[in-house]
Amino acid sequence: MATATVPEAPIRTAPTAAPVDHRHRFFTALCVVVLVVFAALWLVPMLWAVDTSIRPEGEITAAPARWWTSHPTFDAYRQIWSAGRMPVWYLNSFIVALLTAVLAVVACSMAGFAVARVRFRGRRIVTGLVLAGLMIPPQVLIMPQFQEFAGLHLLNTYWALILPSVPTPIAVFVFASFFSGLPGELAESARMDGAGWFRIYSRIFLPLCKPAASAVFIFTFVWSWNNFLWPLLTMTSTDVMTIPVGLNVVQDSYGIRYAQVMASAVLGALPLFAVFLVFQRRIVEGIANTGIK
Amino acid sequence: MTAGVAAAPAGTLPGVKDAPRSAGAVGQTRAGWGLLSPFLVLYLAFLIGPALYGLVMSFFDGSSVRSGLGPFAGFGNYAEALSSGDFWSSMGHTVLFTVLTTPPLVIVSMLLAMLTDRIRRGRWFFRLVFFAPYVMPVTCVGLVFVWMYTPQTGLFASALGSVGITAPNWLADPHWAMISVALMTVWWTIGFNFVLYLAGLQDIPRELYEASAVDGAGPGAQLARITIPLLSRTTLLVTMLQILASLKVFDQIYLMTAGGPNYATRPVIEYIYDVGFTDFRTGYGAAASMLYFVVILAVSAVWFAISRRRA
Repeated sequence: MATATVPEAPIRTAPTAAPVDHRHRFFTALCVVVLVVFAALWLVPMLWAVDTSIRPEGEITAAPARWWTSHPTFDAYRQIWSAGRMPVWYLNSFIVALLTAVLAVVACSMAGFAVARVRFRGRRIVTGLVLAGLMIPPQVLIMPQFQEFAGLHLLNTYWALILPSVPTPIAVFVFASFFSGLPGELAESARMDGAGWFRIYSRIFLPLCKPAASAVFIFTFVWSWNNFLWPLLTMTSTDVMTIPVGLNVVQDSYGIRYAQVMASAVLGALPLFAVFLVFQRRIVEGIANTGIK
Repeated sequence: MTAGVAAAPAGTLPGVKDAPRSAGAVGQTRAGWGLLSPFLVLYLAFLIGPALYGLVMSFFDGSSVRSGLGPFAGFGNYAEALSSGDFWSSMGHTVLFTVLTTPPLVIVSMLLAMLTDRIRRGRWFFRLVFFAPYVMPVTCVGLVFVWMYTPQTGLFASALGSVGITAPNWLADPHWAMISVALMTVWWTIGFNFVLYLAGLQDIPRELYEASAVDGAGPGAQLARITIPLLSRTTLLVTMLQILASLKVFDQIYLMTAGGPNYATRPVIEYIYDVGFTDFRTGYGAAASMLYFVVILAVSAVWFAISRRRA
């Protein structure tokens, strides 16, 4: 039910200062110190990747583990952008993630609405079937799915990545729990006016489910963008590779040109980092709300 | 859920509530299946269908170099997997990875969330720092960590060297390879658990802390008597989700060690990948997948049983 109360942000005013004795004050100071140390540890790999990427290759070879550079340069970025296939992979990742997320929102919100709001025969069977899907990790299905897509001649096409990722059981439950939290009169009065069920879904319920829809959209997008094992199996031609699989090839071809390797890692992480910065609240709330139920 | 009943056409007998064959119910049944159909078609075609087909495949001696299921093998594939040293050692590596990653990913994320919850200003910054790695593609994180793990000259080796510790060969040393991958995984995925714990901490009423402080409770007593007990639901959730996630490990091991050195880190998913896609033994690969699936189901069942008893 937590999805219904989405606007609640996990930011709350700090503990009141009233009964603070010196033990608590000292403890808070200690907390800040420990936290800053951990944050510094967590920042090191990110900063190190950026730092390496802007150092000249010759300097890295001479002193691999030094932070300071006297000649910062964007050469590595220029080279991988012009010589490599990075732009194509960006486009592939973007198309696949966008289509997957849009189709998942459409299909799963319709299914969630049906499960939560329409009393049809076989509803319990369907709910059980969707619930069963929650248990199946995608990794278990790689053998039969690969044979299926090979048989359909869809390997090395976007569809091989999109089609299996659209029907997401967890998304159906996110929508279903959101829809069942909305007042019943909404559908009732529309039925009185003679509206069909699809109309009730598309005109009344869908516009109301923006919090759930945006959470499902963002998560499907991020998940699809970062998916690795399945694209590794199905996207063997470099023209259709997505960022995570393409970068795996980069590592082999750039070898020890570390500035270029790190520059490609930074570029690969950048789009989702931007998505996260923009949607930080939604993502964090989405995890908190779908995790705890 | 009385909407459909209330809106039933005038012809329905009064008092017959939700009669399955009334016109409204038929309409609802048609509408329900209609709304479900896009999801259901894809779901059956690309998830449930392959799951069942995988089960069938596991009883045949199939190969990807010829079409069809291949000759019937009965439980032969299962018997072979269960007596295969490679299968069990890869299963062992998956379990080892889970044992190495779950405690730090639960305990450190709880610690970081409690610390972040305590401070007044700049929470957004710590949430950003700890969560940002989680949204990065695994390949990017892998590239950065392989670079940092470079023997002798890498960042870790030289940092340890500067304080007089001889660093191990990280990914090239069979004893350290799995630990190195586990460290990278803690860095990469802690944000998810961290956010779940932050949300759990929000649900603890502030008054408990205020009242206990008035009664003279110190931070240690508050931690032991209020915070940790009231977080137990979140801890159960985080622990079980983490075990299930760790059991699915493949990506970072494939990228960083490729299962090596000398298969010392190969997880069970990579074993399935190897037998199915490198040795072309699809039937055997499907059987190994099913055995792995049984382990995942067993963990899920334990989780279900625990949460049932607590409810």
